[in-house]
Amino acid sequence: MLKPMKGLLALTISTVAMLTTSAQAEELRILTWGGYAPQEVIDQFEQETGITVKVTKSNNEDMISKLRATRGAGYDLVQPSQDRIVGAQKEYRIYKPVDLSKLDAGQFIPSMLSATKANTTINGDVYGVPHIWGTSGLITDTAGSKSSYSFNDLCSDDYKGKVSYRLKRPTLIGFAFAMGEDPFAAYNDQKKYAEILGKVEQKLINCKANVKAYWEGGDALLNLLRSGEVTLAMGWDAGGWKLHKETTSINFVPPESGALGWIDTFALPAKGKNDEAAYQWINFVMQPEIAAKITEAAGNFTASAGAEEFVNEQLSNSYKISYNQSSLDNIKWYPPVPAGLEIIEGKTLDRIKAAQ
Amino acid sequence: MTGRKLSFYLLLMPLLLTLTLLILLPQLDMLGISMRERVSYGVYEFSLLHYREFFTEPLYWNTFLRTAVMSILATALTLLISFPVAWYIAKIAQGKNKNLMFLACLIPFWVSELVRTYGWMILLRESGVVSGFLQWIGVVDAPVEMLYNDITVMTGLVYASMLFMVVPLVSTLEGMDDSLVEAAYDLGGNHFTVLRTVIIPYAVPGIVSGCIVVFMLTLGNYLTPTLLGGKDSLWFTEQIFTQFITRFNWEQGAAFGVLLLCLSSLIVWLGLKLSKQSFKQALASET
Repeated sequence: MLKPMKGLLALTISTVAMLTTSAQAEELRILTWGGYAPQEVIDQFEQETGITVKVTKSNNEDMISKLRATRGAGYDLVQPSQDRIVGAQKEYRIYKPVDLSKLDAGQFIPSMLSATKANTTINGDVYGVPHIWGTSGLITDTAGSKSSYSFNDLCSDDYKGKVSYRLKRPTLIGFAFAMGEDPFAAYNDQKKYAEILGKVEQKLINCKANVKAYWEGGDALLNLLRSGEVTLAMGWDAGGWKLHKETTSINFVPPESGALGWIDTFALPAKGKNDEAAYQWINFVMQPEIAAKITEAAGNFTASAGAEEFVNEQLSNSYKISYNQSSLDNIKWYPPVPAGLEIIEGKTLDRIKAAQ
Repeated sequence: MTGRKLSFYLLLMPLLLTLTLLILLPQLDMLGISMRERVSYGVYEFSLLHYREFFTEPLYWNTFLRTAVMSILATALTLLISFPVAWYIAKIAQGKNKNLMFLACLIPFWVSELVRTYGWMILLRESGVVSGFLQWIGVVDAPVEMLYNDITVMTGLVYASMLFMVVPLVSTLEGMDDSLVEAAYDLGGNHFTVLRTVIIPYAVPGIVSGCIVVFMLTLGNYLTPTLLGGKDSLWFTEQIFTQFITRFNWEQGAAFGVLLLCLSSLIVWLGLKLSKQSFKQALASET
């Protein structure tokens, strides 16, 4: 007697649910970085598909924390860096696999697509596809006679009290490379990795007096550089190019040991409600013309094949000033971060912060 | 009778629900999270590791100590600065002036704490207003950096908590009969003895409740120490935020949260014991 009742109830509920969802306008909730979903692109997408786009700006740690708190609900599309997917997925199960058959693979730069796929695969399932890539290096006034820069310059007396960097993992890794170590090779050897970090910690504590302030957000860094309070900083290439537009002598410089390369991806949260719209959005923004618009808003280049042709000249020029073929080849791309490293890094960063 | 009882409980319900759902349950959940240890991907086990960590790693312990000492200092400074202000508002200013001065204390709180803190940053930074003014009048010949040190943090904290000290003090002092002070002078007391033996003992409940509020607010402040303190800020709440958000270490963050609650309660309790006050009295002065 109960069973048919239950079935009927379930049927009614699901019909009601279907009716209400179809009655509401379709919605796509994106959790992403500033500049990755410019209003112009959103307007065009909304016009073509009728799907309303809601954007929340965030960063890597914040994305993982948000999804972890809701076990992967609240958003339909997120854009973490490719090295932060596998660890977070194994630990908190916040993503679902990407159905590659729903994407137009021809729109992606093939090498970048296959690299990202390889770095975000667990048990044969792919969890991320590439969107935007960029590098971290140094931003400085290049008018002087100095021809090449190193992360070690952040500790040099020439810039005493005029230096800024983030107290986060890229800084540790950048310094490790500058000191001749290879932290990426030690990723799976916690003892060796802790040893390398120990050296970096010592160095950063010794030259803490050089630091004006640790920057938190990109805008804070740009303000420090604009006002001249800081003359050498570790930062993102896009930030350097933005300043280059305002003051021609300031630009992004890849350090001798190689800039650190990251790729931000598209990933689907485990409890996302509108996967179809997410796939539609990915296919939409990977079109070369649209990708070029995003490059102009974010300042970074995308994994869309053929988008460079549509990017404005000024941006591609500052890119050419910063990079030549050898410094491009020297970019150190982040491999996936194994679990456990963040705890060691965290303690190192805490100790640097606490040192007087 | 039963009807009255029922309506009493019904009226109490919203309060009870808020307290349990929004305060008690989350705190209990925090306690639960703080007492587990990650063993492998998604597997946790009971352990007191994160509490041990706090007591064995000098870094965390020192951060807490520093936060507590600076909060106590900030509370004392706030009291020192607010007392004359409160006295003037309660006893000396009359009519319109009185309201105007009270309003002057209140106005900064019409904008959010974040905006107020950024205001300080604009004033004190190397390329900021104060530095520019000092150069203009010729006191210094190069830009001076006034941000990112403990004195700035202290200034910001005192500024942020003034109001919470002034209000209870004014309400206590207003209740004091002026003839008490006059009598004390008539009996040959000087300014200092009158203050020590008549005014302060009378104002003690207000002082205690003001101090508790300011101390708790300062200890739990996040924005002011982080933004004004810069590279050396080190505040305990900042540590909790970092553990939760940047390090994904909820267990450690939760343990710190529980410890902050317990240790700050302990400090307040000690303060009450030392000044021989009861919590009840301090609360009564608020009304």
